[in-house]
Amino acid sequence: MRSRLFSIIRKEFIQIIRDPRTLVLIILMPIMQLFLLGYAATSDVKNISMAVWDQNRSPQSRALLDAFRVANYFSIDYPVYSEQEYRQLIESGKIRAALIIPPDYDLRLLEGKAQVSLVLDGSDATVGGTALSVAKLIGQSYATRILAEQSALTGRPLSTTPPLDVRTQVWYNPDLNAAYFNVPGVIGMILYFITALLTASAIVRERERGTIEQLIVTPIRSWELVVGKILPYAILAFIDTLEILVIGHWWFKVPVRGDIGLIFALSGLFVISSLGIGLFASTIANTQQEAFITVMVTMLPTIFLSGFFFPIAAMPVFLQYVSAIVPLRYFLVIIRALLLKGVGAAALQNEIIALTIFAVVIMGAAAARFKKRLD
Amino acid sequence: MNDYLVQAENLHKHFGETRAVNGVDLNIKSGEIYGLVGSDGAGKTTTLRLLVGALLPNEGSVDICGYDVLKQTEQARSAVGYLSQRFSMYEDLTVLENIRFFAEVRGLSSSEWLPRSMEILDFVGLGKFKDRRAGQLSGGMKQKLGLASALVTRPRLLLLDEPTTGVDPVTRQDFWQLVIRLVSHREADTQVDKYTGKQDDTSITQTENALRTTHHAPITNYQSPITPGVSVIISTPYMDEASRCHRVGFMKNGKIIAEDTPSNLRARLNGRILELRGSPLNLLRHVAYEDAEVEDVQAFGDRLHIRVREGKAQEVIHRLMSGIGSEGGHVDELRVVPPALEDVFIALSEDKNHSIVS
Repeated sequence: MRSRLFSIIRKEFIQIIRDPRTLVLIILMPIMQLFLLGYAATSDVKNISMAVWDQNRSPQSRALLDAFRVANYFSIDYPVYSEQEYRQLIESGKIRAALIIPPDYDLRLLEGKAQVSLVLDGSDATVGGTALSVAKLIGQSYATRILAEQSALTGRPLSTTPPLDVRTQVWYNPDLNAAYFNVPGVIGMILYFITALLTASAIVRERERGTIEQLIVTPIRSWELVVGKILPYAILAFIDTLEILVIGHWWFKVPVRGDIGLIFALSGLFVISSLGIGLFASTIANTQQEAFITVMVTMLPTIFLSGFFFPIAAMPVFLQYVSAIVPLRYFLVIIRALLLKGVGAAALQNEIIALTIFAVVIMGAAAARFKKRLD
Repeated sequence: MNDYLVQAENLHKHFGETRAVNGVDLNIKSGEIYGLVGSDGAGKTTTLRLLVGALLPNEGSVDICGYDVLKQTEQARSAVGYLSQRFSMYEDLTVLENIRFFAEVRGLSSSEWLPRSMEILDFVGLGKFKDRRAGQLSGGMKQKLGLASALVTRPRLLLLDEPTTGVDPVTRQDFWQLVIRLVSHREADTQVDKYTGKQDDTSITQTENALRTTHHAPITNYQSPITPGVSVIISTPYMDEASRCHRVGFMKNGKIIAEDTPSNLRARLNGRILELRGSPLNLLRHVAYEDAEVEDVQAFGDRLHIRVREGKAQEVIHRLMSGIGSEGGHVDELRVVPPALEDVFIALSEDKNHSIVS
């Protein structure tokens, strides 16, 4: 019995190795996704092109510009001299932000009532949103410095009202590094993709190519067939997890603050639920193409409702309820917390319970539907 | 236990409204080659799948070697080798890897499967292709691989579902030699002789030729790879293959409507088949069709086979000779011939004719 299972697993591995396309997919897809999401799809606000209308042209205004410059978030590309000018630049997409320093900036600064305005191109909400908070932060830290300097000069105590009221706070990822956010997400996506899609098509392939007809007449039991088909892909999923963690940690400098054992244990829990989806899809589909489409149908809600790109809290209430049945939602919370915050299992118990329930239900449903017969 | 290796009673299988198998009984003796024939959709494949337990019948029972296929499925299956109509080996595995996989999952230990696989691959003539990917084999070789895989556990019953469909005539011939050797004791013994170096006098097939030249290391303690007395149930659309079977069952609409030895089946049309040669063929056919006592006319190359009603052969011959002459045609030969199986099956296929159905 154990040797039967072993035979199936070995056969499956031979097939995986002989199928170069799948192999490339398994090895290269995580890397591609990582670099795509780590670099290209970044919502980082680095080097945002900015115009400056400095109507003050004082040492003080130049000091403020220096503060923006050194922060590296904005690149001051255009000095402008009218509203018309920066409006055109924003409309043509050449800049995303404009900083306007009023003529009386240096005087107002002395009074502690300085105001500068920042015009942001909000057409890209992500970039705009982060740029806004970054600009506020820069302003705030600069204002604090001025305040400290002034108090040092005048001898007045430091505890006066801050000249700017900034409510934005950034935790865990003070640089707003997109990779920190995306790398854990990629782990979830890859685990889901590899296990659900490849398992479904590997099982359906037996039916599609007619080999199921030979398998049926062997003493192989249904569970042996299922486990034997699934296990190789679970192993590959773990190799991918490791691959992403290694690249994410050493290339994108994503911290791994949580316990490695816990990371793999909870990834395993998530893999079981994804395998369940793949297995379930295989009981619906008759061809690999149908299996692919079936899994793809689950892919979109998984990507968009899991909090992978958009925060769940920002969704309409209806979609928030729908997202409750997306297993990746729970795993994303788990993996992000484990990597970035380094929390223990206790802090994640709700997600762990939700994921466990999902895994049990989908596996049960899939196993009930899976038959080792032709009809 | 009884004399029969396979006993199927009152098998029914419905797919929705379709009654694919509608009351089939089968009794197969040890060492028998049983041919299941009939047109596409007659229920041959479904019957074989029911026998091996790949489908659950809506009604009826199957016993193989005394095991109930429904209740003692695995014991029953361990006695069965099944070759499905569709190639069902893994195309991305090599010949030997395929055999190994199916041998292992059927419970052969690692020390057993290799020598036995090689014996069987040599038996079917695939020994030198053992490392070739199954997907790169020709159609005939694929079928031989399927056969080898089915044989590796030494089954007592072989179920072959149209194994030679789409295979060239030489390979078909080859394949049948293998099947015939499987069921016959004596042929199995001559296999032993071959490996011990003694020549046998049986017909030497291509396969055996290939085998002799490629087989270098004689296997000691050689046993025939085949259990003597294997029974074979084979479905086929080819009449020449049907005539090689010990018994033939003709399926139609999910039922076996006639079952007998090929010669007895042919005898059902004795004296009712006329062969007509002459010219022009179109005219001959037309005149024959017009005759009230003629049931059917089939063209066989330059000849026509005319089936006439019972006892009307001479009457029809006279009428045709004069009829064709008066229409301006020319008859080279017109006589009663022994019926071929094909004639019988064409007669059986027609709804209107029940006179020859047993």
